[in-house]
Amino acid sequence: MKPDKALIFELSRPGRAAYSLPECDVPELCADSVIPAGLLRAKPAELPEVYEVDVIRHYTELSRRNFGVDNGFYPLGSCTMKYNPKLNEDVARFPGFAKLHPYQPESSVQGALELLHTLQSDLAALTGMDGVTLQPAAGAHGEWTGLMLIRAYHESRGERRTKVIVPDSSHGTNPASAAVAGFETVTLKSDERGMVDLEALKAAVGDDTAALMLTNPSTLGLFEERIVEIADIVHEAGGLLYYDGANSNAIMGIARPGDMGFDVVHLNLHKTMSTPHGGGGPGAGPVGVKSKLLPFLPVPTVGRRADGAYFWDGDRPQSIGRVKAYCGNFGILVRAYAYIRTYGPEGLRRVSECAVLNANYMMRRLAPYYDVAFPGVCKHEFVLSGKRLKAFGVRTLDVAKRLLDFGYHPPTIYFPLNVEESMMIEPTETESKETLDAFIDAMIRIAEEAETDPQLVLNAPYTTVVKRLDEATAARKPVLNCSCG
Amino acid sequence: MKHRYLPMTEQDEAEMLRTIGAESVEELFRDIPRSVRYEGNLPMSGALDEAALLKHMRRLAGRNADFDEYACFLGAGIYDHHIPVVANHIVSRSEFYTAYTPYQPEISQGELQAIFEFQSYVCELTGMKVANASMYDGATALAEAAALAAGATRRRRIVVSRAVHPEARQVLRVTARGLGLEIVEVGCAPDGTTDLAGLEAAITGDTAAVLVQTPNFFGCLEDVRAIEPLIHARKGLLVLSVNPLSLGLLESPGALGADIAVGDAQPLGIPASFGGPTCGFFAVTEPLMRRMPGRIVGQTVDSEGRRGFVLTLQAREQHIRREKATSNICSNQALLALCASVYLSVMGKEGIRETALLNVRKSHYASSLAAAGGKLSLPFSAPFFNEFVVKLPEGADIGAVNGKLLKAGFIGGCDLGAAYPELKGHLLIAVTERRTRDEIESFFREMEAVL
Repeated sequence: MKPDKALIFELSRPGRAAYSLPECDVPELCADSVIPAGLLRAKPAELPEVYEVDVIRHYTELSRRNFGVDNGFYPLGSCTMKYNPKLNEDVARFPGFAKLHPYQPESSVQGALELLHTLQSDLAALTGMDGVTLQPAAGAHGEWTGLMLIRAYHESRGERRTKVIVPDSSHGTNPASAAVAGFETVTLKSDERGMVDLEALKAAVGDDTAALMLTNPSTLGLFEERIVEIADIVHEAGGLLYYDGANSNAIMGIARPGDMGFDVVHLNLHKTMSTPHGGGGPGAGPVGVKSKLLPFLPVPTVGRRADGAYFWDGDRPQSIGRVKAYCGNFGILVRAYAYIRTYGPEGLRRVSECAVLNANYMMRRLAPYYDVAFPGVCKHEFVLSGKRLKAFGVRTLDVAKRLLDFGYHPPTIYFPLNVEESMMIEPTETESKETLDAFIDAMIRIAEEAETDPQLVLNAPYTTVVKRLDEATAARKPVLNCSCG
Repeated sequence: MKHRYLPMTEQDEAEMLRTIGAESVEELFRDIPRSVRYEGNLPMSGALDEAALLKHMRRLAGRNADFDEYACFLGAGIYDHHIPVVANHIVSRSEFYTAYTPYQPEISQGELQAIFEFQSYVCELTGMKVANASMYDGATALAEAAALAAGATRRRRIVVSRAVHPEARQVLRVTARGLGLEIVEVGCAPDGTTDLAGLEAAITGDTAAVLVQTPNFFGCLEDVRAIEPLIHARKGLLVLSVNPLSLGLLESPGALGADIAVGDAQPLGIPASFGGPTCGFFAVTEPLMRRMPGRIVGQTVDSEGRRGFVLTLQAREQHIRREKATSNICSNQALLALCASVYLSVMGKEGIRETALLNVRKSHYASSLAAAGGKLSLPFSAPFFNEFVVKLPEGADIGAVNGKLLKAGFIGGCDLGAAYPELKGHLLIAVTERRTRDEIESFFREMEAVL
């Protein structure tokens, strides 16, 4: 058995160094001559002492123990793990973008402001909205920002609306964002097809309804066909419609949230707009609004003067304020802008067509082997249930672990919550038919293995650097750092 | 259409449609009502080929004054520090940057171990017991600290120093409005630090926490040893926002009695990038562990006894708690946490101390030049790390001064008048280890000349 991979702290040898600092060319005063001793560190931070080759080999080895889109197919439902274009990585690193300070004079950052201004209007056009803030750093951050905008809107009209309605199939962030924005959550049960139950919605709305949050297509990969009626019901009750853009990869250039009746929308640029997810972040969650909510947008946005100069527009007295320091995750916004320019509007429409075609093809081919949760056409993703394998003692978790041996990242599992033993599969548009076929073949083979040799599936994975990990002990007796100091 | 990121051929499309049993791709969208279909092309920026796009992006980048061409004396939370060459090489490994959150631990051990090491680094630097996997930035981390404190103490009042970064206080106010918390601001003493008498008066029996930043927005080091007993006497929590690089030299929040330590890791090898993406960090004492927001990685073993890492304590998080959640954070800034870890690995025990000391020496040399020139004065007497405030002569137009400095090759200081009306005519100047003696001398010579 190979030994455990060392921690960087375990590589430390006193006297080694990987840093290179300039000689001190100013008077070499002692720290304690200008800073009171009580504020100086009594005991140094015990950081490891390694040299540069250690650093490179350590992190290169860690990278080899990780799996990204560049390593293989990653059909993680609701996460839109499409190819992350390399050009976007290169341009975000241009010194003219990467080495800029947010407080530089406007005249010295006109290119950056032009990019942000164009991105604001491109995203407004894509979603059918009247204005966009680029400040939120992630999808959940965008949700919370949008809900604070909705709250400010109602309050400006002298209304106290305390409830946000979310479907039972929604992302966990939806009710959590509502709670953090100070709302009560009302959970709406889906109908037998996984759609919003209109009668239940009618019963749920009232003069305390602040908003309905919807993902459309839903987390089941289905388009809410009665979206216009849904919007009417909510609007007639005086509420607003919030669009969770996690699934917008299905509808670019085909249907816009703004035209469906949504008043506020966030987009996950790290999903639909191809920016890499970075192993957990950074993302970006811009929020678009209809004109009646424009006065409340976070400040500043980027404006353009009559003479063509771009400027920070902070003149919005009714603004909710600021949701993040500076101007959002600018480096991510640069990548998203470059992505839009590689496709243009026609190309983005084709992206959505291919994403939906890929998903429907996979769903159709897998239907004989797993239970399709909701038959019909799907959009960018679909949900399977692994319940029939339970007869052999095999669960969806086991199928996911067995997929690792075939070199795939498994689908999202056990979400959505309203489908038993669920697997949510999202192929995206950047995968070829051969890739889809090979994955489908692996899924079929695992279904057969479950029946003929369930132990083979239950003991998976076999090829990974570690086997199944003891998560219960990790939570019961937490070891959260190496306490090396 | 053909596109380099799209593999779909006409033949693929035909075969796939045949399998599905559909006549056309259009048929797959039949569930979208006609009334909401978008006809035509969206009024967005058009497509460019690869060469044209590179050229376009170079043109946009070329219209910005960057740190390679200009010597930067701006700080105020984002700093121009040296970034070791290896940092970009590591964060450019696509096994890291093209991965999602490590939901499947068996094929995500690299990321999980990197986060575990990041948590270890944060604990080492801050002297706190536990840390999470990262927050969006220092400002949102501070706001989440206030939320945690309110939850842990069941109190609603948050006392924050006006010397905390103005944008962090703005984020805090929006967060507080959402959660129904009361924010009370405390002003500054003449030396540039938080007014201790005012702070003591503001702390009531209903105060959940005191929020202090050190070095504060003016660069001044707060007298945390005097602040700590004021809030703990009332059984509230002490939240310290710190510059992690300064902790190479300055006493750790843990040793100073902080209950929560937060900050922004940008000084640790993360590009300024016009203010983001950076990386917030969040560390707490042990009793607060299960109240921490965000992802946390823990060590465990696999079925054969090997060491491994997993996302843990997930019962705290939004996807489990849903409407009972106290934080909604999901995505964080993992890649920048990795960047900060690489930086700290490069720096090591000695390098972080030497870098911090260089910042102290250069900034103090700069402040001595500012004081000696005759036209500038130093209004604050408190000790500082790598940033200080200068007062310009009466009537000086800061916009014009910074404009002239730019022409001379310098990115000038931060105009404090915008956020602090009483500090109109004051500039906040940062001097990092990247500034040479020559640049510092030229900068102040130029400033004296334009005033």
